[in-house]
Amino acid sequence: MVMDKNLVVSSSPHIRTMESIQSVMTDVLIALFPAALMAVLLFGYQALITMVLSVVTAMVVEALWLRKKNLYNDGSAAVTGLLFAMVIPPSPPWWLVVVGSASAIIIGKQVFGGIGYNIFNPALVGRGVVLISWGGYMAGNIWSPPQPFAFGADVSAVTGATALASEADAVNYSLTQLFIGTVPGSLGETSALALLLGGAWLYYRGHIDIRVPVGFIGTVFIMGALFDGGFYSTHLATGLFHVLAGGVMIGALYMATDMTTTPVTPTGKLIFGVGCGLITMLIRLWGALPEGVTYAILLMNSVTPIIDNFTVPRQFGGVKKSA
Amino acid sequence: MAVGEMKVPEKVVIPLQQHIGAPCEPLESIEVGTEVKKGQKIAESSGFVSAPIHASVSGKVAAIGPYNHPLGRPVEAITIESDGEDKWDENIKAPESHDKLSPEDIREIVREAGIVGLGGATFPAHVKLSPPEGKKIDVVVINGAECEPYLTADYRVMLEQPEKIVFGLKMMIKALGAEKGIIGIEDNKADAIKLMEEAIAEEDSLSVEKLPTKYPQGAEKMLIQVTTGRVVPAGGLPLEVGVVNHNVGTAIAITDAVREGKPLIERVVTVTGAGITSPDNLMIRVGTLVSEVVEHCGGLKENTRKLIIGGPMMGLAQPNPDVPVIKGTSGILALTDQDVHLAESSPCIRCAKCVDACPVQLMPTSIAQAAEFEKFDWAEKLHAADCFECGCCAYVCPSKIPLTQWIRIAKAEIAKAKK
Repeated sequence: MVMDKNLVVSSSPHIRTMESIQSVMTDVLIALFPAALMAVLLFGYQALITMVLSVVTAMVVEALWLRKKNLYNDGSAAVTGLLFAMVIPPSPPWWLVVVGSASAIIIGKQVFGGIGYNIFNPALVGRGVVLISWGGYMAGNIWSPPQPFAFGADVSAVTGATALASEADAVNYSLTQLFIGTVPGSLGETSALALLLGGAWLYYRGHIDIRVPVGFIGTVFIMGALFDGGFYSTHLATGLFHVLAGGVMIGALYMATDMTTTPVTPTGKLIFGVGCGLITMLIRLWGALPEGVTYAILLMNSVTPIIDNFTVPRQFGGVKKSA
Repeated sequence: MAVGEMKVPEKVVIPLQQHIGAPCEPLESIEVGTEVKKGQKIAESSGFVSAPIHASVSGKVAAIGPYNHPLGRPVEAITIESDGEDKWDENIKAPESHDKLSPEDIREIVREAGIVGLGGATFPAHVKLSPPEGKKIDVVVINGAECEPYLTADYRVMLEQPEKIVFGLKMMIKALGAEKGIIGIEDNKADAIKLMEEAIAEEDSLSVEKLPTKYPQGAEKMLIQVTTGRVVPAGGLPLEVGVVNHNVGTAIAITDAVREGKPLIERVVTVTGAGITSPDNLMIRVGTLVSEVVEHCGGLKENTRKLIIGGPMMGLAQPNPDVPVIKGTSGILALTDQDVHLAESSPCIRCAKCVDACPVQLMPTSIAQAAEFEKFDWAEKLHAADCFECGCCAYVCPSKIPLTQWIRIAKAEIAKAKK
């Protein structure tokens, strides 16, 4: 007979899900696998080096900061490292990768108190740091056209502009190319196909709320179709172009759905997604930069607490507040 | 597993508080040494929201005093040593007829029989059958959802005693002057649904509703919404939307009281979990010690880490098995090392899984945070008081934050501030 000495007394519930932060982060890494694979297929060994360097830097910096021996730990540093690699050019100098990835972990996350406490998306903070500091490596005619299945090719030998640089550049690429990803752009952002596959996995696993990508992508599509004059054959095609070109897909599926830095309420998530789409398009259509996803998400991150406060769901059986 | 019998216990410890409401006092005639019969009333309270308590064995009162209670704190209890004869009180006999009972008669019978909500909340049943002046109750909903994992007691009684459930439901409808009765059963219990449908085949005013299998489907407000489409207002009672809701076990207890004059002295309990050697559903006398029940089921395994009264989501962990089964005990659950994870919690990553899981649409993580920082006014604004502690938030949390526990703290502080 077991007596009291062995019995644990604690508050209910007495059973817990097997899910943990680590399992969630591992799911995100699995979701990013198609995009990572596509990056290697398109940009060869240089993309692989960039990703590995970024992931290793992020994990090492976080382990040093936390004084933990376990490099993988909760998996969040690896996710940040991989996402950072995906939003920079495929073959930047090694130090740029290291500085950006370390900035993502330190400035983006740890100075706020570590996992769960950061206000801004860490990978985008890293991107912001290198974009402001070394713009010459991050913007302009620096983009390498992909060389599919040429693993050993030096993709940085040829450079040019992205599809978003100007209308003349845009019409060089078909919607099919933009969907599959055989266009110049950041390492992991070009293939909508690969990103959607991973997004479907995250949705299936219950880690992302469909409201965010729907709000984001929907707003980009509508604004592109309405306000960009149909330069890309038709108005609808122009809307689709804006969805598929640049960072909208990776932003909507992996950055705007980041758990920590986005609202927790269902309505708040929709507002967040729509806000990201709106700011992205304001920058693209009327701003000074060709692309606006990074700043759109970072700006929306900053208003996340306000959005949460204003969108507290009405409780079951609650009465509508009279205005 | 079919409901089995347990031998009459040698000793029962009957707590005087087994219901929500005023605790009972021992009757004047009851003192140490008094001979009592099975079914004899031994304690009651003058309060309306209360339910009298009856001896569950025949024998001699051995002690009156505080004893361990499933709620955690010792409570006054009457200990009866069985004489082994298990003799009913002579005053208990089946009434000659129950066709002509008035609503008032039914309420009186239910009250005298000490019937409380057997789903676990233990609210005195006669109170729920006495709606205040001017409140019209038109629907009685019977809870056969049994949504807590592991528990199968309600499922078994639906399979074994469908006729009694229907009779009990008809008595409730009569007592309330209601128009119809709905029996809600989760759709993973197809055989129970079939049997209950057969049992109501002749009754035009009764129906069986198949419910999606989903915790917490059996929670009062969820059940009423899914069966009637009515939403009980926040902070309100089902009677405000014309509904009264009772558990299947309560319906059977009412049937036994009306037809046979029997008070509530035993109930069906699921004894299960990986720590129990031979799991079973058992008819158990109120006051039987959990240690005896567990012995009857082959004892606890060595690797048992948690002993729970109730289900795994809302049950109460016990520090030791020397605690009696009471009217509200639906299950005895022994969890082992494999199920009990004492992981430390990590920071909230704001994944919002708790927000999505909350059946009453609260923001558990924000309430927990408010409680952690002792901002109870903030917790109140986030409607912490509407939480009914189903445990879904803490269950889904990947950071293993004891959200339900934090919300309980917030609720207690909010209630304290109101006083």
